[in-house]
Amino acid sequence: MPNQLFGAMRQSIIDGAPDTATELAQQALANGVNPLEAVNEGFAAGITFAGEQFGCGEIFLPDLLASAEAMKAAMSVLEPEMLKRGSQREALGKVVMGTAKGDIHDIGKNLVATILSASGFQIFDLGTSVAPEQFVAKVREVDADIVGVSALLTTTMAGQKAVIEALDRNGLRPRVKAIIGGAAVTSKWAAEIGADGYSRNAIDALELAKNLMSQVTNKGTALT
Amino acid sequence: MRPKLQLLSPELVGRILGEAFELLMNPGVRVGSAVVELLQAAGVEVRVEGDDRVAPLPEALVRRCLASVPRDFYLYNRQGEKAVHYGGDDVHFDPGSCCVQMLDPDTLEARSSETRDLVRIVQVTEMLPQFAAQSTAVVCTDAPSAIGDLYRLLVVLEHSDKPVVTGSFSAAGLEGMIDLLAADCGSREELREQPRAVFDVCPSPPLNWSEFGSHNLLDLARAGVPAELVSMPLAGGTAPVTLAGSVTQHAAESLAGITLHQLAGPGSPIVWGGAPAIFDMRSGGAPMGAVETVMLNMACSEVGKHLGLPTHGYLVATDSKFVDAQAGAESARSAMLGALTGINMISGAGMIESLACFSVEKLVMDAESIASAQRLVRGIEVRGQTLATDMFAETGLSGNFLKLKETRALFRQEQHIPSTVIDRSARGSEPPSDVFSRARTRVDELVSKWRKPPLPEDVRREFQAIVDREADRAGVAAELPGN
Repeated sequence: MPNQLFGAMRQSIIDGAPDTATELAQQALANGVNPLEAVNEGFAAGITFAGEQFGCGEIFLPDLLASAEAMKAAMSVLEPEMLKRGSQREALGKVVMGTAKGDIHDIGKNLVATILSASGFQIFDLGTSVAPEQFVAKVREVDADIVGVSALLTTTMAGQKAVIEALDRNGLRPRVKAIIGGAAVTSKWAAEIGADGYSRNAIDALELAKNLMSQVTNKGTALT
Repeated sequence: MRPKLQLLSPELVGRILGEAFELLMNPGVRVGSAVVELLQAAGVEVRVEGDDRVAPLPEALVRRCLASVPRDFYLYNRQGEKAVHYGGDDVHFDPGSCCVQMLDPDTLEARSSETRDLVRIVQVTEMLPQFAAQSTAVVCTDAPSAIGDLYRLLVVLEHSDKPVVTGSFSAAGLEGMIDLLAADCGSREELREQPRAVFDVCPSPPLNWSEFGSHNLLDLARAGVPAELVSMPLAGGTAPVTLAGSVTQHAAESLAGITLHQLAGPGSPIVWGGAPAIFDMRSGGAPMGAVETVMLNMACSEVGKHLGLPTHGYLVATDSKFVDAQAGAESARSAMLGALTGINMISGAGMIESLACFSVEKLVMDAESIASAQRLVRGIEVRGQTLATDMFAETGLSGNFLKLKETRALFRQEQHIPSTVIDRSARGSEPPSDVFSRARTRVDELVSKWRKPPLPEDVRREFQAIVDREADRAGVAAELPGN
């Protein structure tokens, strides 16, 4: 029975069906299924599959977004129960995100935030046209692992550099990893401004964030 | 008969405008603080929603503003001659702008664009009659970015006599650029009378005339320097996924821009332009080579034409990262389709990688596609009393048309003679070359034939004074890279 339920959960995410995902999450709780297990065995498997499908061009951004929305719907049912049991799903990492100062284009940033969030990262979204000091303050406040700065315009890309400089100035790196994205951003630009990473799209950003987290975690061991 | 293509029925244009007017009231348009007083004076109740100021624009007000827009206007070259006619179905082309990457023809890699690149683009554009105007094509990353917009224009003015399609990076930057153009033609009054440049001004989709955009519209309207609206809905991303829906959003954004602009300077010239594109559902990018992107540009322009306005579009670009078959196919077909639509100014030539990178080799290749498009829209003309019988009367059945005086007199009008970029030669003993290597040779030839336009010493000094002043204002050194 749980296997069948987990299968249905996985499918609801792949289908991008938030109503079904919500119902299945409620059903799981009513039947006494461990919510953490429901996430790991059911819903999260769906989002991982959707990500892989997107990566190989089988599904497209609207499909992926719908999957992320369904994931969000399921989590909003399961999270309160997990909190009650003290069995909260461990966040993969804390990510502070925003668009560079002067840039109000947030579609790419929102996509990345949605995918990272659906995949288990905790997102602190500062919105659009964010000053370097705001990034620094938020990183300190939440003890972030990663900072993501998005810029669409060639004229606001300098704002990405300003954030990295501000993080450096405040002694927050290399503890905090800085990643950048945006239509005109290239890996060359990322290297030039000393960013820890760049990705072309939201799914690559997820891989990047996961890789960086392993560096963040390993660093502690290396220091001892 | 001039061939013309239309995608929209009159009925659909009516529906597009009808819904655009609805959008202007509900949800309304986000505007910058700079225009609030102006709108309030016109009876618009601007409401505050969070950090935004939202203005509902009633159709009657918008229509009143539409009525004061000039139906056509000209851009002038440095000699004071009419060089670009914004109006009717006249078609002109200019290079795309404005990226920070340049395709290196040796390594085939994209690298940061610098002054030397912009100079080369300007030289090639100057030499090619296919381009009626220059554009401030790339950012010069070797110059201080705080005055990057002014500097781009300076480089173009120093190396060209043609009109310029440009734009500013900030509200403060615009003033310096207008001063530069005024210095070039004599005074602000002369610039207003005979403008040499048009400034692109962009709303942010959806329905947002940001602080910067609003400010620019106001300043341009007051200076009487032509503005070009560049609304860029991304169908499915920042605009409705349907092409008709995105054209409607484009119309609403453009109508709002015209309203702000005409309220500030009634009768000031403004262009119904844009860079609409679809949203790529894999990459999240804006594929400029997609046929749907071309269709959006055509349809948006048709709506502008219906309103009797000068038009602009963004075509002749490609999503390929090289100057390859994809680049040729995408750029050539959009040049053709844009020309058949009668779009007054078509920007985009030379651009690759969905507007992220510029290639001067592609610019000369695109010039050939543009020449073909220009030939196409001239259509099939009747020359002489008869079509064929008079010439047959001379040749009989000999078939010897090559020696006819009509042939010699008319072949240059009938046929576009391509440059060496296009290979039509018979196979010889040499191995055939590809278009990229022929384009490289052509670029070198054009650059070597280019001559720097003479610039009076007093104008040069005034340019320097403006650059010094603006550098001082921006707090950067006025030491600029030599060009």
